[in-house]
Amino acid sequence: MHSREGDAQARSTAEAVARRSYGKLVAFLAARTRDVPAAEDALSEAFASALADWPVNGCPANPEGWLLTVARRKVIDMYRGRRRAEIAGERLQIMAEGLDAAAANADIPDQRLAMMFACAHPAIDATIRAPLLLQVVLGLDAKTIASAFLTSPVAMSKRLVRAKDKIRQAAISFSVPEREELPARLDTVLGAVYAAFAEGWTNPGGTDVARRDLAEEAIFLGRVVTELLPSEPEALGLLALILHAEARRPARRNQQGDYVPLAEQNPSLWDVQMIDEAEDLLRRASALGCIGRYQLEAALQSAHVFRRRTGRANWAEVVQLYDTLFAIVGSPVIAINRALAIAELHGANAGLDAIQEVAADARLAEYQPYWAARAELLAKTGAHNEARQAYELAIGLESDPVVRRFLQQRQSALKQ
Amino acid sequence: MQYLLMLHVEEAGWSKLPKAQQEEGVAAYAAYTEALKKAGVHKGSNRLQPTSAATTVRVANGKSQVQDGPYIESKEQIAGYYLIDVPDLDAAISWAARCPTASHGAVEVRPVWAMQASASSAA
Repeated sequence: MHSREGDAQARSTAEAVARRSYGKLVAFLAARTRDVPAAEDALSEAFASALADWPVNGCPANPEGWLLTVARRKVIDMYRGRRRAEIAGERLQIMAEGLDAAAANADIPDQRLAMMFACAHPAIDATIRAPLLLQVVLGLDAKTIASAFLTSPVAMSKRLVRAKDKIRQAAISFSVPEREELPARLDTVLGAVYAAFAEGWTNPGGTDVARRDLAEEAIFLGRVVTELLPSEPEALGLLALILHAEARRPARRNQQGDYVPLAEQNPSLWDVQMIDEAEDLLRRASALGCIGRYQLEAALQSAHVFRRRTGRANWAEVVQLYDTLFAIVGSPVIAINRALAIAELHGANAGLDAIQEVAADARLAEYQPYWAARAELLAKTGAHNEARQAYELAIGLESDPVVRRFLQQRQSALKQ
Repeated sequence: MQYLLMLHVEEAGWSKLPKAQQEEGVAAYAAYTEALKKAGVHKGSNRLQPTSAATTVRVANGKSQVQDGPYIESKEQIAGYYLIDVPDLDAAISWAARCPTASHGAVEVRPVWAMQASASSAA
């Protein structure tokens, strides 16, 4: 394959294989030493070699074995170079021994899940867990992650380094927790995956490459978790939730690039395959008989899809799901969505009463959806002046220009 | 911690916009300013006249030089600023992202040198 097309194809295969294997290899390299940065160094060299070699010589039959062999050489070089720095040398020696054992064995054990539990450990700062997962499991660089999470690249880089140091210094173990500990610990892993998806979701137009990719990467992480923990209902529920949301991406903007709310979306633009997969996951989850927040949120998505597809109003069911969800999570964000559903069922005044219950929460003052929801409900009750003020704040707090324009149009449609 | 958000825009862009879009733009800035004030982080803000109104002054060898025009000739110029007071850089960045300029130009986030703090420690 020496055509340019062939090169491009080999390159994209190389990227796909390297990407698929990246997390598995970092996890394998770092599992015993807990030295994530050393594993990343060794692997980045192997990764770069693969991207240079494979498009020219074709992809090897066993790409992971190939990458591991190159990584091993790199580890041995590092080991020799650092022989006198005892602690580092010891860690690298353990790593090199592990690589010898793995080279003799075609199957590399998949320790990604154990690594994800280490990254989302309660001892790691909650806000850095999602970025850390994206970096160590998927190999995203700090700059990309920082831009997606609206943080300065320097600060993000420092926080990632600090988190990796913490894993090593505090000896956070690379292991899947025991049965009784699992639900709580899994929650932090799922929370980090969800946070990654949510950052990607805020760029529906796909104009911001870092963010668009983030949603895909989060789905990839969600799949890893469900493959490795196929009987955890909440893991299945989370994947169902993010697939449902992702399925509607093509319908969230019209041809002019304007924002289209769910109630006005064209269901024929939704990704049927993704919706089917999500529904299937949700069925599998509910068969396991243990309800949780992600399953409930996925069930809500499912109910919205059902309503839009059949035209049959199911707001009573939706409100009930929100009631249960609010009882479990109790977040003001859920209360806002619950209030909007109540308004559909019992009218805008009932919705406003419901939103009033959480209005005192200080976190809502700078939360755009709160003001947008308030504005919409106020407009429906005819309180146009108050609605205008609420829209004003929603507009001022919105960072997506498309949504901002949508809110401005709603605001100017109010009677003077 | 105070940060100056400097709004860099393509100067010629504004006059090319249709009137409806200009009005929408002005309204978006008004809403943004209002949101900053409601959040209690707004310390000051102004829109600047175009650089055609700018004058650049230097004193070299005891002689003042007055030049018509901006300090740097460029398509992109500072069109205004917001001075905000927020706990940290991440908070400043999230406010910068909400600024309407961020979606058509660029918002530079610069921490303000805390002169008052050093003055009081010297006293």
